[in-house]
Amino acid sequence: MAKLHVSTTINGEPMEFLCEPNDTMLDALRGPLALTGSKEGCASGDCGACSIMLDDRLVCSCLMLAAEAEGHDLGTIEGMAHGERLHPLQQKFLEMAALQCGICTSGMLVASEALLRKNPRPSEEQVRFWLAGNLCRCTGYDKIVRAVLETAAEMREQGIKESVQ
Amino acid sequence: MTDIQYLSPATLDEAVSAFAAAGSAARILAGGTDLLVQMRAGSVKPGVIVDIKKISEMTTIEETAGGGFRIGAAVPGAVLAEHPRFGKIWPGVLEAVNLIGSTQVQGRASAGGNLCNSSPAADSVPAMIAAGAIVTVAGPSGRREMPVEQVPAGPGRTNLKPGEILVSFTLPPRPHGSGDAYLRMIPRTEMDIAVVGCGVSLTLKDGVCTAARVGLGAVAPTVLLVEAAAKALVGSKLDDAVLNAAAAACSAACRPIDDKRGTIAYRTKIAGVLLKRTAKIAAQRAGGN
Amino acid sequence: MNVVTNNKWIGQRTIRPDGVDKVTGRAAFAADTTMPGMIWGKVLRSPHPHARIKGINTAKAEALPGVKAVVTAKDIVNFPVDKSVMLGIQDMRWMCRNVMAREKALFPGHPVAAVAATTEAIAAKACELIEVDYEVLPWAIEIDDALKPDAPILHEFNKFEGKPSNIAGKLEVKKGDIAEGFKQAEVVIERTFTTRPVHQGYIEPHACLISVAADNKTTIWSSSQGQFMVRAMTAYLTGIPQSDIRAIPAEIGGGFGGKTIVYLEPLATLLAKKSGRPVKMVMTREEVMRATGPTSGSKSMVKIGAKKDGTIVAAQGTFYLQAGALPGSPIRGAVGCSFSPYDIPNVLSVGYDVLSNRSKVAAYRAPGAPIGAFAVECVMDELAQALKMDPLELRLKNAAKQGTKAAHGPVFPRIGYVETLEAAKAHPHYSAPLGKLQGRGVASGFWFNAGGESSAQVNITEDGNVVVTTGHPDIGGSRAAIANVCAELLGIDYRRVSVLIGDTATVGFSNLTGGSRVLFASAMVVTQSAEKVITTLRERAAKIWEIDPEAVKWENGAAHPASPNAGQFEPLTLAELAAKAPSMGGPIGAGVQLNTEGAEGGFGTHICDVEVDTELGIARVIRYTAVQDVGRAVHPGYVEGQMQGGVAQGIGWALNEEYIYNRDGKVDNPGFLDYRMPVCSDLPMIDTVMVEVPNPKHPQGVKGVGEVPLVPVMAAVANAIHNALGKRFYSLPMSPPKVLEVLEGRE
Repeated sequence: MAKLHVSTTINGEPMEFLCEPNDTMLDALRGPLALTGSKEGCASGDCGACSIMLDDRLVCSCLMLAAEAEGHDLGTIEGMAHGERLHPLQQKFLEMAALQCGICTSGMLVASEALLRKNPRPSEEQVRFWLAGNLCRCTGYDKIVRAVLETAAEMREQGIKESVQ
Repeated sequence: MTDIQYLSPATLDEAVSAFAAAGSAARILAGGTDLLVQMRAGSVKPGVIVDIKKISEMTTIEETAGGGFRIGAAVPGAVLAEHPRFGKIWPGVLEAVNLIGSTQVQGRASAGGNLCNSSPAADSVPAMIAAGAIVTVAGPSGRREMPVEQVPAGPGRTNLKPGEILVSFTLPPRPHGSGDAYLRMIPRTEMDIAVVGCGVSLTLKDGVCTAARVGLGAVAPTVLLVEAAAKALVGSKLDDAVLNAAAAACSAACRPIDDKRGTIAYRTKIAGVLLKRTAKIAAQRAGGN
Repeated sequence: MNVVTNNKWIGQRTIRPDGVDKVTGRAAFAADTTMPGMIWGKVLRSPHPHARIKGINTAKAEALPGVKAVVTAKDIVNFPVDKSVMLGIQDMRWMCRNVMAREKALFPGHPVAAVAATTEAIAAKACELIEVDYEVLPWAIEIDDALKPDAPILHEFNKFEGKPSNIAGKLEVKKGDIAEGFKQAEVVIERTFTTRPVHQGYIEPHACLISVAADNKTTIWSSSQGQFMVRAMTAYLTGIPQSDIRAIPAEIGGGFGGKTIVYLEPLATLLAKKSGRPVKMVMTREEVMRATGPTSGSKSMVKIGAKKDGTIVAAQGTFYLQAGALPGSPIRGAVGCSFSPYDIPNVLSVGYDVLSNRSKVAAYRAPGAPIGAFAVECVMDELAQALKMDPLELRLKNAAKQGTKAAHGPVFPRIGYVETLEAAKAHPHYSAPLGKLQGRGVASGFWFNAGGESSAQVNITEDGNVVVTTGHPDIGGSRAAIANVCAELLGIDYRRVSVLIGDTATVGFSNLTGGSRVLFASAMVVTQSAEKVITTLRERAAKIWEIDPEAVKWENGAAHPASPNAGQFEPLTLAELAAKAPSMGGPIGAGVQLNTEGAEGGFGTHICDVEVDTELGIARVIRYTAVQDVGRAVHPGYVEGQMQGGVAQGIGWALNEEYIYNRDGKVDNPGFLDYRMPVCSDLPMIDTVMVEVPNPKHPQGVKGVGEVPLVPVMAAVANAIHNALGKRFYSLPMSPPKVLEVLEGRE
């Protein structure tokens, strides 16, 4: 059976790729699209390392068939910074040591950015429950949660609106 | 190298035709949060995947005359949560649907997928059963309706006939003084499959319970409608003795197994504990309505 | 807590050098790499817990279109079982049988063959076509089952006390005379504890990409805690000389000890050699959980005796740790660390290494010590209760100090254990009020820490900046700390220092990332290298000024006359001297290779608050404070991070993590859904207190910090639950059904 041809938009750019019908979007990102920023930790939707934005929704790319990307707008970690300009979340993660090995970081950032877009004023509890699908084994989550809360406060002050796409 | 076919029909009729034509080799794809995991694990090997997300009837929420709701089977939990009125009228059903998986899973997972995957521990099903939801099903012989509790046939099996696709859930208009709630027991705070899940919907008039339904999950091969527990609640003011009786009825209805998520003894006990807690919340919500 | 310092860079929370790549998704982990012509490798694994392998027929797999190579045990160098060949703490006899089953399959998931093909799907299909003739044997997984008189014996050649046994080793440390000691005891607590196996839980599965040319020149990209270990193990197991292997450490997505050995690299190397194509192998999460070492399950008996005034007079511990399929459980950690926080005159600590049909254990953060500490620190809590003493006071009364002879042998130099106890006692957490069904527990812990071989180079660029090459994979933030040290020594802005991790071809031999040794060892060799560079810079300035090098000092990134007597000269900056280098004697740089010594153990004392839902049996940690003697917090953010990460792992181990086996001896929960690690909403903020008692044997006073944080946690949680409920827990995890059982007296 021939491969499927998919046309989609990723981080604002039109992209095309070939895939098997049963390839996941994560397979497509890391394979033919060479966007390896999204990581595979479990391939079963339990760790969040593969998190991306599908239109305006936070999803696990390992739980989505690559074929389903047709006609949609995807946002990945690679679209979060603009050239040299890091997103405030990325900058805050660096300043507050909210990462160690970094394997969960892509997913954490995409998920955190999705939270702040939906709720610019989250409480600690809201941050923790929103990020429950993003496993981290290195940090104990403390600095990640602090970084998200501080970024939210700063962004509210500065009235900045950043977007993955 | 694979022989899998991926289809994304635009209409329900096309979907039913394709699904029926492929027979047992076909699977419906809504959110994919169960199907893709099963495909990856090799426990499901579909020949045809029918993606129903382009069909508007399956992805929309309508308010029916009199204050009821019709929810498309493929509506993601996150979308249901954003509906301005649904969560106010059915907070128990909404919280049950919203407990399925992580934020990422919520962006995709649907009540229809949760019901048809037919895990005994499905989170949305006890609340749907308690709510008295009616499902609409479309197949080669046309449409039909059935109470939601009749859909699961056993772990991983439904009572849908070959070629039938779940289309929507219809929730009836809510009488004044009604409230519902869903609680589950999981060892962590998130990300676990329910060890026990309990949904309660009830109606209070002057403090007396005039109607009740109880759904209990993860304690039997299918989610249970526990009529004995509901019966214990109706006609009472939900005092401690009544709640204990309803809890005992839930424990008695349990037919759980020992597995990696819980033991028979533990589940049986927790079923009773959750019934009491859930009924109290439902009653508080009912009192506020 | 911000550490007060008068240094410019040491103690600062600088941005880590690898950070921007990691927050933008650019950092190259092993599974992210590709090479032209790359093909995929897959492993065929035993379905049986225990089986003799009578034969393997790979003909059908080899004939499948797309298959380029097949490997079985006969392709792997054999290390006969009667001759030990050590590589660090690993014995190659066991490593060669771990990467692929040889005479027997010893656990479900044990590799039996490997295939490389043009796609993953073809490689997987080819695995299914390999025919293995198994003679299925009875199996034993739990310690009690493995020690029964009629237990199935995993290795007939393994003898204990003269006969074939599943006990693969025994370790004993002794101090004084415990029989006499216990005679003097007025209160004795003796308890038995069990723990389940738990996995390190790194989010990144093992992965490698390997290319082997026809002349054996081999390039390895892999996720590992030691590129030199990868090179050596691969060389040993494939027969390719070490000098032909270049092992490059990719960024590593978590290790915690689990990546201090190899699983895939020897297989991928052989497949790459046979096929002539680069081979990539990535484990699935299920493979990680089934077939890579978790740590040991355990059974421990601990007895401690004290006088009524709280003086501990005798302590005895017997620790049985599961090795898994091949010898090597971390009894050294359990035996050697558990009593170390205390000055006890009479101690007998014995450990047994128990074989069982599950995957071979791998190191997990202070290996063995958390298991022993769980038992000892819970007994200490019961002892405090029996003596009606505050648990921190009991520990203070018996605390090891400078001059104490530790049970495991050495005399402690200046250590910071007492300081951690005092800081814990003084912390507001310790006296905060508790609500209903809430409880508080404390526990202490010790870990050896290590020194060992390290190499580094410090080279000055032509434009006057610095490139530091070090030898250890960075799993905790060591590059940032090393940059802090180098910037401090050279007196220049941190951003002018670039820190890179070399591979086996570009940096001298450096031992594993593990043992909490990376910063200790790297900082030592970087310091010595930087000092040599400074000597050169002073000599160059001296030559320009025509004065004696002794009369030149290096300060704030420039050479200055050491005193007014030396003469009046404008300072010469690093950039200026670098520019003059070609005409003044050549490159400015130095490298040092050392077997570093002087590492000192670390101590921690933790305070944990829990709240228990007694109807559901759920215990939640609601507040946690970890106090640790960190020597010197060169980068406080990453020291805190190590503490917080260790605490989170310990909470998981205490409450919900465990390997569950089904009736067929297979792991029933090989994924993150049912192997329940803490998620973000499970934990509170984790407060840290860094007590600095500098290590006098280290130029910056560094002590290892990474492993100590896991050691006290499970006992702290158990003691907190006891404080809330009045019931003791002697087995982990303290999951909801177990809590209810204990509450109802049914345990």
